[in-house]
Amino acid sequence: MSRFLHIARRDVRLAFRQGIGGLMAVMFFVLAVVLFPFGVGPEVNMLARISAGVIWVAALLASMLSLEQLFQTDFEDGSLELLALTPMPLEVVVLAKVTAHWLTTGLPLIAAAPLLALLLHMNTDGFAVLIVALALGTLSLSLIGAVGAALILGSRRGGVLLSLLILPLYIPVLIFGVGAVDAALAGFTVRPQLLVLGAFFLAALPLCPWASAAALRQAME
Amino acid sequence: MTQFTGRNLVCVRGERRVFAGLDFAVDAGGALVLAGANGSGKSSLLRLMAGLLPPASGTLSWDGAATAADPEAHRARLHYVGHLDAVKPVLTVAENLRFWAGLRPGRRAGNPGDSVGPALETFGIAHLADVPGRFLSAGQKRRLTLARIVTAPAPLWLLDEPTTALDEAATASLEAAIAGHRAGGGMVVVATHTKMAVDGARVLDLSGFAVRSQGAGALDS
Repeated sequence: MSRFLHIARRDVRLAFRQGIGGLMAVMFFVLAVVLFPFGVGPEVNMLARISAGVIWVAALLASMLSLEQLFQTDFEDGSLELLALTPMPLEVVVLAKVTAHWLTTGLPLIAAAPLLALLLHMNTDGFAVLIVALALGTLSLSLIGAVGAALILGSRRGGVLLSLLILPLYIPVLIFGVGAVDAALAGFTVRPQLLVLGAFFLAALPLCPWASAAALRQAME
Repeated sequence: MTQFTGRNLVCVRGERRVFAGLDFAVDAGGALVLAGANGSGKSSLLRLMAGLLPPASGTLSWDGAATAADPEAHRARLHYVGHLDAVKPVLTVAENLRFWAGLRPGRRAGNPGDSVGPALETFGIAHLADVPGRFLSAGQKRRLTLARIVTAPAPLWLLDEPTTALDEAATASLEAAIAGHRAGGGMVVVATHTKMAVDGARVLDLSGFAVRSQGAGALDS
């Protein structure tokens, strides 16, 4: 457990020192959402109606931005080999790196989301659900993304390949994430959608580190 | 007495057999120097020994027990130095070293920082402790990598061209570190092209195990 935190802390520190961590993803998130009123016009009803979808799609793309670097830099400078040689399962290493990715990307996105919801005139009834759904959703996104990030190691133009690999896998999270917020706005119960999002997270929690570790071993051979 | 052995090892890289039928044995306090031309499989053998690469056939054993049966225990007893230095440009020298030291078992009780100072001292880079990795020269990075293996005790050192970019003084420090390690019952396997003073080392010439014109993918057919 202490080694898990040790790796997570190092990755968070690296993200902040390099400046590519949370700040860039959040800036992208904000800018992408802000583009929509310019594109579809400032009509309040229209913006309120698409707000949940716009925020979710932008969050999805933003969380993918820094994924390419998740294992790439460690792979290139030899750190990944050494991490694989520490006396702990590689799956735990992956989980620690995913945790750090979520802390530097997912968490700032969640913090910025209510502000953007306000900008898009979302009814305040939806705010709490938006935050809960984003929390569950971004955790799954980071986990799923780790599999893609591990698979693209060693390939050229990995970033594009990464998005082709994992964007389809993001679709279920997107559907139920937007569904939860829309249900809250319409006054329906949000329990089923949130339960499905929770189920995605619980399924991804063991599966994705396992799959990523397998891909990493393959890349290092 | 502790012994690290490999029996009948076969290594396959990308459809091509690099070496076959290779045996080796290292006793406690012993050293094995890997010799052979470029491409004869010195690095591959070291990666095999570390467990980064599974042998196509054959077994590696530690004290008679196959290392593949308990890879985590095997990783806990080895230090591997590859071609890459795994130095993070944004972390200081001390931070880089402290991270790797913190992941090792058997570190001295309490703070992993305890062993960092003396390790930097060993390779003459203590004055660089607060300098970020990006300002280091190639030789200084190499020294930092080597300092990593003396921060935490491990009985088996696997060194792949450790003297690359090192000056004479640092090479002497490394030779002294290896001698000290072996005096304490440690083992060293080193692949090198430069002259390194390793007393009483067994030399394993990999050219003798090279496989010629085997299979469709052979490069020299």
